[in-house]
Amino acid sequence: MARLVAPRMSLSTNPLKSSAAMGAANAYLGVDGAIPLLHGAQGCTAFALVAMVRHYDEPIPLQTTAMNEISTILGGAEQVEEAIDNLRRKASPTLIGIASTALTETRGEDVAGELRALRARRQDLTDTAIVYAATPDFIGGLEDGWARAVTAMIDELVPGRGRTHARQVNLLAGSHLTSADVEELVGLVRAFDLEPIVLPDISTSLDGHVDEGWRGTARGGTSLADIARMGESACTLVAGESLRGAAERLEARTGVPFRVYERLTGLRAVDGFVATLMGLAGASDAPADVKRARSRLVDAALDAHFHTGGLRVAIGADPDLVFGLGAALVDLGAEIVAAASTSWANPVLAQLPTAEVDIADLGALERRAAEAGAEVIIAHAHGRHAADRLGLPLVRAGFPIFDRLGAQDVCRVGYRGTRAFFLEIANAAQGRRLTPRPEHFGATPAAEEFEHARP
Amino acid sequence: MKPGLQAQVQGVLDEPACATNRAKPEAERKKGCTKPLTPGAAAGGCAFDGAKIALQPIVDAAHLVHGPLACEGNGWDSRGSASSGSELYRTGFTTDLSELDVVMGKGERKLYRAIREVIEAHRPPAVFVYATCVSALIGDDVVAVCKAAAERYDTPVIPVDVPGFVGSKNLGNKLAGQTLLDHVIGTVEPAAPSSLDVNIVGEFNVAGELWQVKPLFDRLGIRVLGAITGDARYRQVAMAHRAQVTMLVCSKALTNLARGLEERWNIPWFEGSFYGIADTSAAIRTMAAMLVERGAPADLLDRAEALIEEQEANTWAALKPYRARVAGKRVLLYTGGHKTWSVVAALQELGMEVVGTSVRKSTDEDKARIEQIMGDDTHMFENMAPKDMYAVLAGAEADVLMSGGRSRFVALKSKTPWVDVNQEKHEAYAGYVGMVEMVRAIDRAVNNPMWAEVKAPAPWQAGFVPAAPSSSSLRVVTSDATDFEDC
Repeated sequence: MARLVAPRMSLSTNPLKSSAAMGAANAYLGVDGAIPLLHGAQGCTAFALVAMVRHYDEPIPLQTTAMNEISTILGGAEQVEEAIDNLRRKASPTLIGIASTALTETRGEDVAGELRALRARRQDLTDTAIVYAATPDFIGGLEDGWARAVTAMIDELVPGRGRTHARQVNLLAGSHLTSADVEELVGLVRAFDLEPIVLPDISTSLDGHVDEGWRGTARGGTSLADIARMGESACTLVAGESLRGAAERLEARTGVPFRVYERLTGLRAVDGFVATLMGLAGASDAPADVKRARSRLVDAALDAHFHTGGLRVAIGADPDLVFGLGAALVDLGAEIVAAASTSWANPVLAQLPTAEVDIADLGALERRAAEAGAEVIIAHAHGRHAADRLGLPLVRAGFPIFDRLGAQDVCRVGYRGTRAFFLEIANAAQGRRLTPRPEHFGATPAAEEFEHARP
Repeated sequence: MKPGLQAQVQGVLDEPACATNRAKPEAERKKGCTKPLTPGAAAGGCAFDGAKIALQPIVDAAHLVHGPLACEGNGWDSRGSASSGSELYRTGFTTDLSELDVVMGKGERKLYRAIREVIEAHRPPAVFVYATCVSALIGDDVVAVCKAAAERYDTPVIPVDVPGFVGSKNLGNKLAGQTLLDHVIGTVEPAAPSSLDVNIVGEFNVAGELWQVKPLFDRLGIRVLGAITGDARYRQVAMAHRAQVTMLVCSKALTNLARGLEERWNIPWFEGSFYGIADTSAAIRTMAAMLVERGAPADLLDRAEALIEEQEANTWAALKPYRARVAGKRVLLYTGGHKTWSVVAALQELGMEVVGTSVRKSTDEDKARIEQIMGDDTHMFENMAPKDMYAVLAGAEADVLMSGGRSRFVALKSKTPWVDVNQEKHEAYAGYVGMVEMVRAIDRAVNNPMWAEVKAPAPWQAGFVPAAPSSSSLRVVTSDATDFEDC
């Protein structure tokens, strides 16, 4: 329904998107024992590292191949090998997830070929899985990089077809999901006695927890053994249109069919997901707590619609998140008056119930929001400047969120998460309810002589 | 009950200016419209509540509640009367009587000190002191304390001697009106009284409703001298005796105040409403005519007619775009004090069908108008129990309920759109612009896509149909039974 447009401007003001390489790094961190390795100059990693640490409030084991002047000219194969050796020696990662950057892609590194040669030459590397995703900073954003990393992991780590276990399902988790979102979906799947393998599973690695000892790798996430069993699942449930390609690749390798959920926020959207789970489980009924959660969501929708009906929303985020949250609000009578997103690659944007989506920056979102008289802004933490200038409440969603704790604890999917989201938006709308003044109605102020002169 | 209070209650109940009351036999007349409260089946506020509602919109006064915490602590900061000036009226002041105060009889002293403290801290033009059940029971002489404090601190301190147990909220309204007559009105003289000064009684500026009609008066040069009590300053209420005409806004409760103004200061009054287009026009027309009769320039009549003509045309033009969106919707009106026939007429004009309207507080005259508009009286009802209302709504006999907050959840739990039309609402529906706002609210309520969502069966219920795929460009697997098996 929406037309994707790019403002005819050379200048980008206040970026909305984060780089694809950082998206890949985030995805790799959903695998137990992994270390993401950005193939680029140190700065590529340093900026990403700071952003991720601030967002997750966690130590992030992100490393760099530290390309220098000479390797930039002569090729970075040695840098990669040296980085792999160092990481193996220092942290014994189960997986090294390499993501390229604009630097290495511009010079035209053949990392895949070099890795093949390296493996052939170095038999001692077999106990560390190495995955490579091409994520130049000049193509797409965080969501695209995440999807590329997930696809690369499937290619590299899932051996192929296996004997199908009827109650085992794959859950491909998109970059728009928080740890709490993933956990909610896992809970729903398990509620129907189904056993999910989540890829990537940031709900057990980047959820913010304290465990015994120090590990310089991802502390939690999907195990490599589980990833290897993904070909034995009955079905792949895909949370987010951005992972359709990854699911297709998985189906091609293993024959496991998939179903994409463009969103899991919204009553009817979650109903569809639950119906699938019931079908997979052969159940004609749902557990009591699932039913209760749905009933509470219905009540929250009834209560919230007074505030969301006609609410003029501006939203800026990666495509899957824009669609998930935006469409759910339209279900509740809100109007998307300004939308900005980061990538042309995701067709879900075209379905956003609004006239146009800018593939642009926060500056464009701010302009449109001001023109259209938006009442609430949904964006990541950088949106606070626009929100301040426009005097609007900012509902923080997406990446990065560095000025609030618990960004990963916010759940906006499933019955429970949708309920929380509806109430959150209704509260944001209430928070800015204007105190009526005579001038709003064109009435004159009270006469001077009526006023009490305080002694 | 103290003799003085008893006499006062008697006085306000036997209201000679109320047509309903006049029609009753003499014995019943004294009871007024106060129905005996039924234990186990009473839902309204107490007399204290009613008095507070009527007086609290005086924005620059301090409102001090003399009683244990519940009377102020449980109810403060919950009303939507808006202020264009001081916010002092929103500040919750109470003596917060403790067990020790009650047992040791320290109430009067505490009250006196509290009055001193509030005057010292805020220097208000006046302090309203509200007695409560407990202060009345322990025999605190609120009137005497107020008198002493007023003299000592040179500030009007007005006793509102309306403990909750004397009766209903409606009675409290009346007693508040009496309090203004006895203690406030006539105590300040306006600098330049004009032949275009009016009182507006019974309009509390909820969500700014007074300001929705004030521009109309502004354009005609009419000044709201006595605002009782919407967005009122204390001095303004005190000057109300110099107005030329009083408009009593759809509120039987304050009839005694309008009548008192007439008896004491010879100010004629009329009853009108700002809800609905026809009522608003009628109110302006009547006000202009009465002002001219009292000596205002005769051209006011023509100016009023021109204004009405212009405003009505503008309003219908503004409503036109909504017609297609609300036409055919069936409305159940369940309102309290509002005169509804004028709203009914406007809704019908937009193609809506009013399937029922309550006439709980309507006069015979109102009922006749409703009958005239709706064709017969089959759609009028007095009271509707929540259970019955739920059945009506769940049976889809109405598309939207317009009511006060008490039946809100009857509508929501039956998954029926609801529009708030009571005192706690956040939107203003008065005058011409208010009618447009109301229709906009109806549109927003009935046309919210959420209703279809929440009414659809759950996946585990019979008749569940998965939401339609949002686009054919996606590979969406239909979810029939066979399909689950291969996925």
